[in-house]
Amino acid sequence: MTSAIQKFSLGVAVASAALAAQPATAQQAEPFKLGIVTFLSGAAAGPFGVPARNAAELAVETLNAGKMPAPYDKKGINGQPIELVIVDEAGGTTKQVTEYRNLVQRANVDAIIGYISSGDCLAIAPVADELKKLTIFFDCGTPRIFEDASYKYLFRTGAHATMDNVAAARYLLAQNKNIETIAGINQNYSWGTDSWNDFKASMQALKPGIKIATEQFPKLLAGQYGAEISALLVEKPDVIHSSFWGGDLEAFVLQGKARGVFEGRTVVLTAGEPAMFRMATQIPNGTVIGARGPHGLFASDNALNTWLRAAYSERYGTPAVYPTYKMLQAILGLKAAVEKGAAGKPEKPATEVVISAFEGLSFETPSGRVDMMLGKGHQAIQATAYGTFKFDAAKGEPQLVDVVHYPAECVNPPEGAKSEDWIKGGFKGAKC
Amino acid sequence: MQKFYVILVDGTIYFSWLFIVSMGLTLIYGVMKILNIAHGSFYALGAYTAAYAVGVYFAGHYPPVGSFLLLILSGIAVGGIVGLLVERGLLRPMYGRDEIVLVLVTYAAFLVFEDLIKLIWGVDPYFAYQPYELLGRVSIGGIAFAVYDIGLFALAVVIGIAAWWALERTRSGKLLRAVIHDREISTAMGINVARMFTATFVIGAMLGALGGAITAPAISVVPGIGVDVIVLAFAVSIIGGLGSVAGAAVGAFVVGLARAFAVHLLPEAELFVIYGVMAIVLAFRPQGLFGRPAARKI
Repeated sequence: MTSAIQKFSLGVAVASAALAAQPATAQQAEPFKLGIVTFLSGAAAGPFGVPARNAAELAVETLNAGKMPAPYDKKGINGQPIELVIVDEAGGTTKQVTEYRNLVQRANVDAIIGYISSGDCLAIAPVADELKKLTIFFDCGTPRIFEDASYKYLFRTGAHATMDNVAAARYLLAQNKNIETIAGINQNYSWGTDSWNDFKASMQALKPGIKIATEQFPKLLAGQYGAEISALLVEKPDVIHSSFWGGDLEAFVLQGKARGVFEGRTVVLTAGEPAMFRMATQIPNGTVIGARGPHGLFASDNALNTWLRAAYSERYGTPAVYPTYKMLQAILGLKAAVEKGAAGKPEKPATEVVISAFEGLSFETPSGRVDMMLGKGHQAIQATAYGTFKFDAAKGEPQLVDVVHYPAECVNPPEGAKSEDWIKGGFKGAKC
Repeated sequence: MQKFYVILVDGTIYFSWLFIVSMGLTLIYGVMKILNIAHGSFYALGAYTAAYAVGVYFAGHYPPVGSFLLLILSGIAVGGIVGLLVERGLLRPMYGRDEIVLVLVTYAAFLVFEDLIKLIWGVDPYFAYQPYELLGRVSIGGIAFAVYDIGLFALAVVIGIAAWWALERTRSGKLLRAVIHDREISTAMGINVARMFTATFVIGAMLGALGGAITAPAISVVPGIGVDVIVLAFAVSIIGGLGSVAGAAVGAFVVGLARAFAVHLLPEAELFVIYGVMAIVLAFRPQGLFGRPAARKI
């Protein structure tokens, strides 16, 4: 009798254990739904949107297979396979807010990574907090996101545009101390105006008395820059600054080169790196190029970067450019935060737990370490680099020479400081 | 003084481009009373076809000078073919309906073409920079200008004179003017209005595509390049008076010059200036500079 009871008890125990284990298994198999928003159509798709989408697909495939180099070799995100829901960023801010709501309320995604356009980021930021959805901006550059407001559910894993422009100013003045006049041609929206204001203020702070020759703000996607180029040529500045990207950048290079804009002066293209390969024979030697971080040719050799360079060029037949690196950076940041929040447990941690883990997080990427140091731990800082373009005719490929790397604390404002005030105040606290 | 000369040259170059781009739009409206939103698609198709053709041409190491002819021919060819298809297949069943319906039909065509372009050429940019560099540069007032851009002025003059000659000096032109003046009376007088419509739409589409083709060497040909062109072409046509070829020329010149002045003297007003000019013109002449007030039929 005792034996029968024992057998029965054992059976119940095994059955209970099996039943108890079932939900855990089901939970483990439950995918981590990740919304990705990037340009798939329109002018930004080719240079930015598609390389970022490619990065997301490549990264998710590799993570789900558990083949990402350490410390990201755990499968998926905390063991859960990642399922992508990809949305086109084209169509303007109103459409993007609707698409964002669709991702949250209809697709029920666990987190959203996206947004290249600064205009879209400014529109999405308050909606992320309203809908309480973990959202990561991977590329947009305007510093205003966390300097003008504070958000709980929002993070940005790439440094903002201040870094690009402070570093550009430092690089130019280190290369040539005789710069007397500068001019700018930037797109007429938040990215362009913020970039120019930061660059202008940085140059004036680093070399007081520097003169502004002309400030041009053509319409986004204007394509025709004849009059602007004439204005630049008439004023004869020593340096021309442009944060142009995509088709606008490429059109400016074609038209400017034909008219001698790049001759006898230095042109700095803060977002020029994605155009380097497709316009290798068109960008004049001596042009200063930035990649919005130590991405692409600026990235140092580490296991993650070695994997990315090889896997990306093998799969897509083209080198990985900075939007690729920045998208991967966001995905790895999310994975690091979720897994830190999970603290070794297989369950999906609550959003609030992930947020706490994400705040102030430091994580490794193919471009080096990223520190979530600004915006109360929601905004990344990162080292950056600038170099000078040179086409290697023998190899038939572009190169960057005279590369200078800048530590993150040298070119990013400290926590609590507004970029504009930090620059005008002489970069207080900068560690260069 | 140097700045003044440079402004004049910049204004003239921009005028030339605007005139070529908006000419087709105003011609179609003048004859058919259709605000053709698909004009931007013709421009984009012209740019893509020309960029692709020039790329293949230079890859084949043919004589570089032939690329100019290729640009023009590819633009005209794609504009002609697509224009004919749109007019015959899409617009003809819609004639007689309200103007708003026709605007919506051309808008739908524009959306379809945007996706079609993406389907055919993808989202990566196309370049056809060789013809732009081939002609070198010339110094005017001490400032370098691309000879290719100066050549646009010559092309605009040729197109303007050809349009004037065709409308004023040929039998077909006189018939067309009759259609512009009164469609119903023209039909009653035995003019084949349907044929006139087809010819006008095809020529308008050719001009739109030609505008894209000749712009391709100076730009990165990417999805969406036709969108801004529609807005600019509308602004020019409205300033000059919708349907008036002379109006398109004057409108383009006013806009070109105003924009050049703004870029050089008040860059922050550059975005506003085109619409500022449009608002001023419409405040005093709602029908545009060369438009005629239309009597309302009751």
